[in-house]
Amino acid sequence: MPQLTDLLFYAFAGMTLLFGFLCVANPLSRNPVTSAMFLVLTIISMAGLFVLLHAFFLAAVQILVYAGAVMVLFLFVIMLLDLKEEERRKLNKVAVGLGSLAVLGLAGVLVRVLAGATPLIAAGSKPVEGSTRELGRILFQSYLLPFEILSILLLVAMVGAILLSKKELK
Amino acid sequence: MTKVVDRSPLNFYERTYLPALMEGFKITARHFARSVQGKNTATDLGDGYYPEVPWRVAEGYRGAPYLVSDQDGATKCVSCQLCEFICPPKAIKITPPGPEGQGADRPNAEKMPREFEINMLRCIFCGLCQEVCPEEAIFLQQHYSLTGLNREEMIYNKEKLLKLGGVHPGIQKWKHKLEEARDQESFPVKVD
Amino acid sequence: MLENIFSDPTFQFVLFSAAKIAVVFGVVMTFVAYAVLVERKVSAAIQDRVGPNRTAPPLALKIPVLGRLLQRWGMFQPMADGLKFILKEDFTPAYVRTVYFWLAPAIAVIPAFLTLAVIPFGSTLGSQKMVIADLNVGILYTFGIVSLGVYGIVLAGWSSNSKYPFLGGIRSSAQMISYEIAMGMSVVSLFLIVGDLNLMNLIQWQADHGWLVLYQPVAFVIFLVSAFAETNRLPFDMPESESELIGGYHTEYSSMKFALFFLGEYANMIASSAMMVTLFFGGWSLPWLGKPAETLLGGLVHIGIFIAKMIVLMLVFIWVRWMLPRFRYDQLMDLGWRRFIPAALANIVATALGVALLNR
Repeated sequence: MPQLTDLLFYAFAGMTLLFGFLCVANPLSRNPVTSAMFLVLTIISMAGLFVLLHAFFLAAVQILVYAGAVMVLFLFVIMLLDLKEEERRKLNKVAVGLGSLAVLGLAGVLVRVLAGATPLIAAGSKPVEGSTRELGRILFQSYLLPFEILSILLLVAMVGAILLSKKELK
Repeated sequence: MTKVVDRSPLNFYERTYLPALMEGFKITARHFARSVQGKNTATDLGDGYYPEVPWRVAEGYRGAPYLVSDQDGATKCVSCQLCEFICPPKAIKITPPGPEGQGADRPNAEKMPREFEINMLRCIFCGLCQEVCPEEAIFLQQHYSLTGLNREEMIYNKEKLLKLGGVHPGIQKWKHKLEEARDQESFPVKVD
Repeated sequence: MLENIFSDPTFQFVLFSAAKIAVVFGVVMTFVAYAVLVERKVSAAIQDRVGPNRTAPPLALKIPVLGRLLQRWGMFQPMADGLKFILKEDFTPAYVRTVYFWLAPAIAVIPAFLTLAVIPFGSTLGSQKMVIADLNVGILYTFGIVSLGVYGIVLAGWSSNSKYPFLGGIRSSAQMISYEIAMGMSVVSLFLIVGDLNLMNLIQWQADHGWLVLYQPVAFVIFLVSAFAETNRLPFDMPESESELIGGYHTEYSSMKFALFFLGEYANMIASSAMMVTLFFGGWSLPWLGKPAETLLGGLVHIGIFIAKMIVLMLVFIWVRWMLPRFRYDQLMDLGWRRFIPAALANIVATALGVALLNR
């Protein structure tokens, strides 16, 4: 009899893939808002996967940052732009062909890597609880330098965004 | 003399919104305390509340438009249809008697409407029908509470409008016209 | 066989959780109904009116004195309101985007109820913890769910395909994102002091050391004002603002779909009041009542204390509505981005320094 967590894993994984596919290529609607909403659902299903891995903090942050803030801004922009043309645009066959080739290649690489990988934690050992305190320790002690570099990158992006959105520089 | 309003920039304390909050709290608390003691606008005016104590309609209030009868109880409307044409929401519908129709029930008039309907759901109580009426046959009266159970019920027909409108003995346009005409007949010579 | 099932901890957990969810849902729905009544009554008193005092079923008036009294207090008004919402014509205008138009009210309500899942509304009752889900990342979960609440409003505004709802939706998305940041940052300082994200432990800490509002008044003010903005209440009700946007995002809605938005707004109000009680006012504890209850009666008293504190905060919500006029949109953004976020950041730094110095 399969475990409940296994069933939940397959459910969430299936949902993630399904919603992800519908986000990119929805056969029923070519509305950008529909795509954005499916992306939100994909993100929420992924948060479900994180919960199954006991990474509660990551799951909460995934929803808080991506579903709650980033996607709302996406929607904001989509709604403000007139995207009627986007709905009517024909599919570019060359782009679709090349895109699917790239997807297949990437999938092949991923499958090969995963098949050859050994599990990081030996089966049966105690799962690591994703507590916030542990995460903070790791971020600010072991990986302090990469963390700070990332924050500088974000700062640069922020300054750049402000500069770009300013119409006239004094 | 123009009064110069001082619009100096707010100081720091004022920009914290605290004085505005405090002032707002004082005012609302005062009114709340008053209301809790059972005093409110209605008790101040010495009246009760609306359904029990009817509302005092002010003079000149524009309520529902009704047809009025003259001092003899005859229909004043002569079916000229001016009100129908001017009515902004097209609430009035008049059916004239036609060539073979019934004549007026009073002297000095050729005809009266066969049917006169006002849809009270469409009426906006603007008073243009009263303004435009050459016969002073339609008046906005003091009824303000118009209710009905369905849409058909809210279309008032001629009988209903005349009954609700009542008799207006004060305005007797044709009686005065008649007196004027009689005076005209004997105009230059006054025989004693 | 049957005994085996009943002694199974998983089964017990499911059973008790279901019971708690049902009770909390029922209590919150009642609270929503009567919060509307209280809001109408208090608003009426502030504006020199009497408020609802006429609705009563004929049978209730037969009760000698009490019937008339309940009628005057408007106790039957919520029933009439609910009945009216159900009986009204459910109208879907032409040219709306139907799927989203139907989906939006549900999306607006669900997050409001989901946030209630992690709030500890009492200590213990028997052997059960009085919280539906005792999460280790309780507060993060709340913020995550609250941030999803904006979708209902945005989608309602967009799918209505009409200018006023659209403006309302756009305003609300900008407003909610801005204030979420200030709100989240104001809470960080609390957890610096307590050192735990679990809300049950947070309350126990407050029972032992005193309420957090005394330690973090700045954080409380920021959280309170942000809560007003997040629940779209006056003075920050820009998304609805009847006088400029007719009704904002729910202009095109009627009947039960409108009622769902209404329900969501009040459920949000309840959730944020409950959150504030938990974070700043010691939850179920009183200064001299800090131990988790051992008896059934003690547990009930704790739940009562929690609800009483919540009601006081909800009265604050209702009262402030009439104290300040609506903010202008640029003032709102200015307050959020240029005052609260820097203030919250400064508060975090100051608290971190304080904690570091004291723990030395």
